[in-house]
Amino acid sequence: MYDQSQGVNYLNCSRGFWSWFGTLDHKRLGLMYMWSVMGAMLIGGVFAMVMRLELFAPGQQFVDAEAFNQLFTLHGAIMVFLVIIPGVPAALGNFALPLMLGAKDVAFPKLNRLSYHLWVVGALFFVGVLLTTGLDTGWTFYAPYSTLHSQTAVVWATFGAFFLGFSSIFTGINFIATIHKMRPPGMTWFKLPLFCWGLYATAIMQILATPVLGITLLLVGVERMLGVGIFNPALGGDPVLFQHLFWFYSHPAVYIMVLPPLGIISELIATYSRKHIFGYRFIAMSSVAIALVGFIVWGHHMFVSGQSALTSIVFSAITFFVAIPSAIKVFNWVATLYKGSIVMKAPMIYALSVIWLFGIGGMTGLWLTTLQQDIHLHDTYFVVAHFHYVLVSGAVFSMFAAAYYWLPKWSGVMPNKLLGELHFWSSLISVNLLFFPMHFVGLAGMPRRYADYALQFADYNFWISIGGFWFGLSQLLFLAVCVLCAMKKGEKAPARSWEGAEGLEWEVPSPAPFHTYDTPPVVK
Amino acid sequence: MTLLLPLLAALQSQPGQEGGFWFPVQASNHAPFYDWVFFFILIVSAVFLLAITVSAIWFLFKYHRSRAPEPEPSTSHSTTIEIVWSVIPAFLLAYMFWLGFVGFMDHRTPPADAYEIYATGRKWSWSFTYPNGAESEELHVPLDRPVKIIMGSQDVIHSLFIPAFRVKQDVVPGRYTDLWFTATMEGEFELYCAEYCGKDHSSMQSTVFVQPEGQFNAWAEEAADFISKLPPAEAGARVFKMKGCIACHSTDGSVITGPSFKGQFGTERKLADGSTVVMDENYIRKSILEPNSQVVAGFDPVMTNFQGQVTDDQIRVLIEYIKSVKE
Ligand code: HEC
Ligand SMILES: [Cu+2]
Ligand SMILES: [Cu+2]
Repeated sequence: MYDQSQGVNYLNCSRGFWSWFGTLDHKRLGLMYMWSVMGAMLIGGVFAMVMRLELFAPGQQFVDAEAFNQLFTLHGAIMVFLVIIPGVPAALGNFALPLMLGAKDVAFPKLNRLSYHLWVVGALFFVGVLLTTGLDTGWTFYAPYSTLHSQTAVVWATFGAFFLGFSSIFTGINFIATIHKMRPPGMTWFKLPLFCWGLYATAIMQILATPVLGITLLLVGVERMLGVGIFNPALGGDPVLFQHLFWFYSHPAVYIMVLPPLGIISELIATYSRKHIFGYRFIAMSSVAIALVGFIVWGHHMFVSGQSALTSIVFSAITFFVAIPSAIKVFNWVATLYKGSIVMKAPMIYALSVIWLFGIGGMTGLWLTTLQQDIHLHDTYFVVAHFHYVLVSGAVFSMFAAAYYWLPKWSGVMPNKLLGELHFWSSLISVNLLFFPMHFVGLAGMPRRYADYALQFADYNFWISIGGFWFGLSQLLFLAVCVLCAMKKGEKAPARSWEGAEGLEWEVPSPAPFHTYDTPPVVK
Repeated sequence: MTLLLPLLAALQSQPGQEGGFWFPVQASNHAPFYDWVFFFILIVSAVFLLAITVSAIWFLFKYHRSRAPEPEPSTSHSTTIEIVWSVIPAFLLAYMFWLGFVGFMDHRTPPADAYEIYATGRKWSWSFTYPNGAESEELHVPLDRPVKIIMGSQDVIHSLFIPAFRVKQDVVPGRYTDLWFTATMEGEFELYCAEYCGKDHSSMQSTVFVQPEGQFNAWAEEAADFISKLPPAEAGARVFKMKGCIACHSTDGSVITGPSFKGQFGTERKLADGSTVVMDENYIRKSILEPNSQVVAGFDPVMTNFQGQVTDDQIRVLIEYIKSVKE
């Protein structure tokens, strides 16, 4: 069926810049997303490490308050808009979704290419921000600071985020159409791989929530440039309105960032236990439930913002509902291990650690949505710890797991085992050293976004910084694994690279051929 | 439950002014219940996390490939189990919501007879105004008496946060927000700005002084009429700090947002409209009350309008203070 004798695959079927940058092939686009996102992650990560350098000890040592404010703003904005939101759906999804469905490509390849190009445009705007006056509004762009007081390149940044938003919306549209229309004969909805369910739930949110962010950021630009009163009370606007609009997108954005990764974890735990996932339907439906309920919980970011007590109470109650589908996922993962035959390969150890780390991130969320508890914890390091447990040791670790799992399919060689395991242990220990003590400084009362802090927080911050440098440097190991694979150094990967891996993506050779599945396979 | 309560009590014990391992001292009426709820959720979470961890590790050991070469047949779904492990946490979650609700309503409902203090947030300092007209940059409150803080902002959003009291509330321009507490411990406690507000957000800190009512009243009386007690220039220096002029104007020659006042009195300056004017008493008065009517060349018209926010007495001592800052 596939002519492998010539060694032609999607990587070497054509050459030159335009054969990549202008490609319509979902695998090439996925790979380009992957490298672009890793580049952005490197920059965002360096910013974080400079921040930790400054916070290593109390007092001002390396950067002043103004520079520090820029660092945390750009770290947040880059990691959210340029790394995690496109990282899972666009990078991993592009590569894996059509293969998992036995489809030739996504439903709209040209739209898919446009998504990537919009990502590049958005990234260029951020480069523009970096080269001019920077950005110091926090990634949250709260008004009226962003619309009146900031002296930095706010308008550039909002335009950048606007383009990135469209990139994300188009990917969502594409994936929904692909999942609806391009499943192979026999793959009913409840045979859909759980990663695809995660992508599906995410795509719904990308389409429905992202336009609100785009409009909100445009309004920031309008108020800033034209002086029209929307959020600034001095002009008759309402600053709390901005927060409602912003979190209407940015809360669902959290689920855009975590649902597909959690889908990956479901795939991996089943694969490496050599079992069918326990409670398939409940896991699939829990993703959809989280996506839908996720739309009506945004007010939990605003319990102390000045919104009415009644509003806060309603949002708190609804937010507790998200805890149940999240818990269902975790319980089902553990149950899947029962009576399995478990092998501990690099993707699996990452997946297992996510059960635990995501568990911690989820549980700290309980305090934050308990109304009275949030009063003390809001805007402290406790919140920083909470969302980094969810987004770094939850979403980013899942991306690592997925990368180790699919690297053979991308590159044709198995990822280096020793480096992979070293990367895992080094990251696991350092990520906890980095984020766990943040809970305690938060409880002690240290607010977030502080360039300097009182003496009693010094010990914790010292260890947090050590963890930060260690975690940052550990990622060089991951880079090494990726570079080795890209250079084809390593054991050659067979089509079915992992024992027990059952998805359709393992039916095609590694690396994937240029034309996968001219005729769709039949799923029994 | 019988096991739980002593455990909660043990976690909560507070060794003196230092605060415990988990929290700062419990210095307000809100703190004890707050900490209790925290530890309740902690114990529930720890039990679940432990159960997940232990069973996962046990399965990993027992069903590792070396011990279990082939998966054993087992069911891959069970609606009963799914319902059980959704419903049991649901009850616990409902109880957590309830605790949070009760605590929150208490935070949101100040007693009618509370002592009222107005707080103003501005980049990057706090100002507190007391019923007798006294003003201070630090917050002074009487011990064992409910205090309600009514807050407004002059520029961007700030957030008033007193960790030892377990209170926090955003301070939003264009509207008033409030919080309340009864301080239950004498002493000094930290007060932070918790909402990012620009350059010096992290130094927008102040102190809360809790004193027995008698001492507090004596302080408030002294603070209310320091203008009549101190020499004018010295009183002016205090007003200069209190009203936040210091954020934009220096007295050492360095230019911040606005011009420095070092050696400026009686000198001539160029205005943005091209005219010139000498800095005298009337000019200073006008600069404070209608800052945009005469904008100094080379500066943005961003000075806060102090119309209605400073008294004539305060303007008088401010002028004396500016006069006193010599070359
Ligand atoms: C937000 C920053 C800001 C604050 C706060 C502020 N000013 Fe100003 N001030 C300025 C700026 C900018 C100028 C120059 C532009 C202008 O003349 O309006 C200025 C100008 C002045 C001038 C004229 C100076 C000159 O050299 O001609 C005086 C006098 C003055 N301010 C007094 C005060 C006093 C007194 C306070 C406190 C009650 C105060 N300002 C608070 C920003 C500020
Ligand atoms: Cu949220
Ligand atoms: Cu602040």
